[in-house]
Amino acid sequence: MSYALLTLTSSGLYCPRGDFYIDPWRPVPRALITHAHGDHARWGMGSYTTAQAGVGLLRRRVGETADITGVAPGEELRFGELTVSFHPAGHVLGSSQIRVSDGREVWVCSGDYKRGEDPTCAPFEVVPCDVFITEATFALPIYSWAPGEVTAREILAWWDEGVRRDHACVLFCYALGKAQRILGELARLTDRPVYVHGAIAPSVEVYRETGVHLLPTLKVAETTKGTSFAGQLILAPSSAYGSTWLRRFGDYETAFASGWMRVRGNRRRRGYDRGFVLSDHADWHGLLTTIADTGARKVLATHGFKETLARVCRESGLEAEVLATEFNGETDEGEET
Amino acid sequence: MKDFAALYDRLDRTTSTNAKVEAMADYFTAAAPADAAWALFFLTGRRLTRLMSVRQLARWVHDATGMPEWLVDESYANVGDLAETVALLLDDQTRGRPTASLPLHRWVTERILTLGKLSPELQQEAVVRWWRELDGRELFLFNKLLTGALRVGVSQTLVTRALAKVAGLPQAAIAHRLMGTWEPTPDLLKRLLDADASDGDRSRPYPFYLASPLDVAADALGEAGAWQAEWKWDGIRAQLVKRGGDVHLWSRGEELVTDRFPEITGKAAALPDGTVIDGEILAFRDGRPLPFAMLQQRIGRKKLTAAVLANAPVVFMTYDLLEENGVDVRELPLITRRALLEKVAPMFPASEVLGSATWAELGERRGEARELGVEGLMLKRKTSPYRAGRRRGDWWKWKIDPFSVDAVLTYAQPGSGRRSGLHTDYTFGVWEGGELTTIAKAYSGLGDAEIAALDRWIRAHTTEKFGPVRAVEPVHVFELHFEAIQLSGRHKAGLALRFPRIARWRTDKKAAEADTLDSLRKLLETPG
Repeated sequence: MSYALLTLTSSGLYCPRGDFYIDPWRPVPRALITHAHGDHARWGMGSYTTAQAGVGLLRRRVGETADITGVAPGEELRFGELTVSFHPAGHVLGSSQIRVSDGREVWVCSGDYKRGEDPTCAPFEVVPCDVFITEATFALPIYSWAPGEVTAREILAWWDEGVRRDHACVLFCYALGKAQRILGELARLTDRPVYVHGAIAPSVEVYRETGVHLLPTLKVAETTKGTSFAGQLILAPSSAYGSTWLRRFGDYETAFASGWMRVRGNRRRRGYDRGFVLSDHADWHGLLTTIADTGARKVLATHGFKETLARVCRESGLEAEVLATEFNGETDEGEET
Repeated sequence: MKDFAALYDRLDRTTSTNAKVEAMADYFTAAAPADAAWALFFLTGRRLTRLMSVRQLARWVHDATGMPEWLVDESYANVGDLAETVALLLDDQTRGRPTASLPLHRWVTERILTLGKLSPELQQEAVVRWWRELDGRELFLFNKLLTGALRVGVSQTLVTRALAKVAGLPQAAIAHRLMGTWEPTPDLLKRLLDADASDGDRSRPYPFYLASPLDVAADALGEAGAWQAEWKWDGIRAQLVKRGGDVHLWSRGEELVTDRFPEITGKAAALPDGTVIDGEILAFRDGRPLPFAMLQQRIGRKKLTAAVLANAPVVFMTYDLLEENGVDVRELPLITRRALLEKVAPMFPASEVLGSATWAELGERRGEARELGVEGLMLKRKTSPYRAGRRRGDWWKWKIDPFSVDAVLTYAQPGSGRRSGLHTDYTFGVWEGGELTTIAKAYSGLGDAEIAALDRWIRAHTTEKFGPVRAVEPVHVFELHFEAIQLSGRHKAGLALRFPRIARWRTDKKAAEADTLDSLRKLLETPG
């Protein structure tokens, strides 16, 4: 094997033999997109290829006129001598791992992924490979997630408490993915409508159009002045935290749904009343299990605690390096990614 | 333990004092008496003796899980609290959920308190086994208990409010019953909440009424004539209790110091039974107070030799009368109590009442304070009752400059030169949302003996080491003086102090009594 199937360039992760990029951060002629979060899907590519289920979200991100091709899970595309296919990553709707093979060697780029069950997207599929490019957002053993359903029950209990005490419950979360997952998880437990911030409403519609069952939603922006939000659940992006937008809710409690909420200091530092541990990224076990499941001999780690993950892989006898990408993962500053 | 963990979470997640009071009231209503007693013990800032270092726990996690030590360290760097890190590492969501749930009092009395008798190997074996019985927040609390570092972000006042709510009694009654020493036994709650106010402890002092720093111009207080002005003495605030023929002297830190001051307790024998006096213990000679350090010599010595007594003579400067003839007189107006005080306790000097015709006149007297070796003036409303705790409005301390703050020692590192090897560079924090926020670094302003004592303490109570810097248990309170306070974007506290220095070691104060960041923020508005 003379050179790598995928290699890092200044524009992003590049496949020289297939002449395409995966999740590039500079304009390139041909981009394969793992999922529609802003750090993976950017404007200005000549063409986009992504999983069929993610086309709607990608179009919202990169524009109506963009050249987007949707592919079915596992559908084989040919790029010269290479075979490329998209496989569910379980991160958000339409999120995929991208498998690249030249018939001798298989590389898989995971994008962002999680192993836990999620009612709003297809579950992660283990794709055996030789080289696995994995995210490492939460690659520390302190990060361990309870099933989403357990956290959803905690959120519902918090909401019920708001109903009893007559205050609004403002839950901050990422606008794309997390918000819809919460609406999907809660739809199994209740049928009460939820208010959403203007930044969240459009992607909720895209999920619904794709056939994902979510709780009914109402737009905060469409309420009349003086509407009471007592006992209501409101989903908002974390950028709204501390803003005057919150004034309309009168008496309210705040919470943030994120993997970072596992650490007490992260919640206290930002002053949320509650922190719900809910992440769309793999936890420590999820990462290690997945690496083992793929059977990869070499691991390339990106985002987050990539050095930690690479070192653990090396200590367990694998080849492992870090890849200096420009992906953010789930930042604890609450940016939507 | 589950209920206590749930209470901790409820307290931890809110900044509303009402919500905290409600959470504690709910807990005390539902909890078994034996558990409630221990919960109260921890909520009021009492601690178990540290059984092991948190570093040791981290090593045991490494032993128990096979997780490499560097990975534990990486995790710690991300969490910032080693006891929490250990808890998170153990609280793996893929392990089976523990089913057993031992009540809090049994965790403490049957387990934690028995660990000390075991060999290190057996300690490790027991702790690792017990970890498996605990979940989430319980693991965190258990680790904090083992390392003697549990701190719940509630004040004694809030605990008192919660108990008063449960009992349907005035807060003052509960506050009084919480004073002095008590053991976390099952009948504690019953005694605290009992509607019948008679109680057996004759030594018990009343809660001290604490003045607030004057943060407005004095003339905003209205007519100067409505106020009783006194010097603000710089000694040890204390309560002298004479009941049933016995004399007890309590410091403000609720420590019995009866034996330390024989010249005071000797004179007190002549007091009528059923007398409680509030006053200040001062080292005093030739009509003026000696520096506070002289008084510390009296507290520090094991044996009070004639030389010590002669070198640091003390007086009890009386302020107020709280009990007369066995009757609680705290509700009487200050001037009435003062008159009674002079009648009941002629053997002690009463703090001089300064003539107070106008604020201008009082301002001038305040200017003499430094010369007289006092801290400024006290302003007490003549009609004020003797309240419990720090209540704004009736009692003010009108200190002379500099500004002062009571802060907790959080980090220490060795100095250089003459003091190299001794920890003389200190970092101090004040409370903000239940945590200590760093507000100042100061080089020692302490004497050599104090430095040596503090250095020994620091070495024995280090919680973490970062190179030469040691994080220490938040125990010791120091009064820092500084010249000015400014907003600062570069400091985490958002404030910067100008020329902070250690004025003294406040051995009479507990860490929980140190100042808050909010109280410092208020100073921003004060000219100076």
